[in-house]
Amino acid sequence: MNNIIEVNNLRKTYGEVVAVDEVSFNVKEGEIFGLLGPNGAGKTTTVECLQGLRQSFTGDVRVLGLNPHDEAQDIRRQIGSQLQESALPDRIKVWEALDLFASLTPNGLDWEALLEQWGLTEKRSASFSSLSGGQRQRLFIALALVNDPKIVFLDEMTQGLDPAARHVAWDLIRAIRDKGKTVVMVTHFMDEAETLCDRLAIVDHGTIIATDTPQGLINTYASKINVLFSTDQSDISYLEQITEVEKVTKHGSRVEVKGTGAVLAVVAHSLVEHGITPSDLRVEQPSLEDVFLNLTSGAPKTKVTA
Amino acid sequence: MNTLLKLSWVELKLFIREPITMIFTFALPLISLFVLSEVFGTTPQTEGGEIAFRGVAPTDYYISAYVGLVIAAVGLISLPVHLSSYKEKGVLRRFRASSISVKNLLSSQVIVTFIITLICVIILFIAAKLAYDVTMPNSPGLLILAFIPSVLCFAAIGVLLGALLPTARAAQGVGLLLFFVMFFLGGSGPPFDVMSPTLQTVGDFTPMKWAVIAMQDVWLVGFGWNWTAFGVVIGIMVGAWILAIRLFRWD
Repeated sequence: MNNIIEVNNLRKTYGEVVAVDEVSFNVKEGEIFGLLGPNGAGKTTTVECLQGLRQSFTGDVRVLGLNPHDEAQDIRRQIGSQLQESALPDRIKVWEALDLFASLTPNGLDWEALLEQWGLTEKRSASFSSLSGGQRQRLFIALALVNDPKIVFLDEMTQGLDPAARHVAWDLIRAIRDKGKTVVMVTHFMDEAETLCDRLAIVDHGTIIATDTPQGLINTYASKINVLFSTDQSDISYLEQITEVEKVTKHGSRVEVKGTGAVLAVVAHSLVEHGITPSDLRVEQPSLEDVFLNLTSGAPKTKVTA
Repeated sequence: MNTLLKLSWVELKLFIREPITMIFTFALPLISLFVLSEVFGTTPQTEGGEIAFRGVAPTDYYISAYVGLVIAAVGLISLPVHLSSYKEKGVLRRFRASSISVKNLLSSQVIVTFIITLICVIILFIAAKLAYDVTMPNSPGLLILAFIPSVLCFAAIGVLLGALLPTARAAQGVGLLLFFVMFFLGGSGPPFDVMSPTLQTVGDFTPMKWAVIAMQDVWLVGFGWNWTAFGVVIGIMVGAWILAIRLFRWD
């Protein structure tokens, strides 16, 4: 697949503060690419530079083969953008906003369909100021799609959505990808990044500390599996002899076995052999959250700025 | 329909949906018309043996000033408050990200300013005609020629203020202050010839004075086209537009 976005050594400073420090990554056409990181990590600044919304950064950035410094308007016409901090006029009606933004491109989508897809049909004639946080967010996503963009930038798009609406939004984002569009999303929600992104970059303190598929990141940075059960048997030291097991911790009757690979099956087998058949045997698979904590743990890094 | 027309249409509807701005823009010139006409009457006057109000009925003298008042109210208050609040709330960021150009954004503001001002002026003139039988413009063509750059001049000042002032509150404060200075010294307050030299000098620095004179001279009989006033209005207009476009920021 082709790289639709190429970023090499992107750096953006505000006075003494380095917001984005030599960031490099590529986004392939047709994938959902995520930037995951804590607030203030530089994710928003990064995507805003790509969209030509922030100037005077350094580094080589190509979006659809175009340079955001001098070809920002060309880029903006071909991308959809849901910004983190933006608004519409208080008294504009939902349909007026969609109609206006659809008129900006000759090949604008049928906005009536978007209204339906994003559950805004009933709010068609409501003013922007009367919409709830979730409704506003859905309207912004609909606006990001109305010009039939090649790339969609979503910045904390599920902020303010309730759990049901989040899942609906995720399905719709997958549907956008399945239509061949590229999605670049910024998020600090681990579950969102893990379920939605084809690949993601973990951003912290203005730098990318890892880029891979969610599973790839988990395999590399958080391979430990936790097996949990309860038993009254006091001596379970035989578990420590198992190759896959790294550590056994006991808190009263609660036992936690940390290991890798097929640890669950071998531990279960061994327990049965020793006459233990715990009814609460369960396993905790490592998640992106573990990756994130492993990668960003320790004392907060302090950036020295010249 | 192209973007500019659509944007202008939406902006016009938004203006009409904003009741406070509407009332201020439409009612203030009408109130001024009523108060000053009731005070000074509709017959020519003399002041200490000298001709006052350029020898015409005060109502005829003031009608151009009221037009100036409408232009100033839209340009100095509505427009900057509107643009600054857009900037403050992130509406401009939203517009920019959706590839609305500066040209389209500002052009739509000029179009809306023009339409609103024109509607207000027509209402004002009808009211003045019905209530005080003001004289018809002596040279309607030249009046339009003076009116257009006056509106554009104040639209430029409005965009400039909107560009410079970070919040709607700041824009409102500064806009109101400038508006009232022009209200009192720009022709809709005391006539220029009864002002002290200091006040006249301060008045000379208000664009409204020159816009009012340019329109008054062709509205009344016997004065003719005033190149000086026209030139000053054009000069301020060009300067303000250059500054406004250079200083305009999306956020």
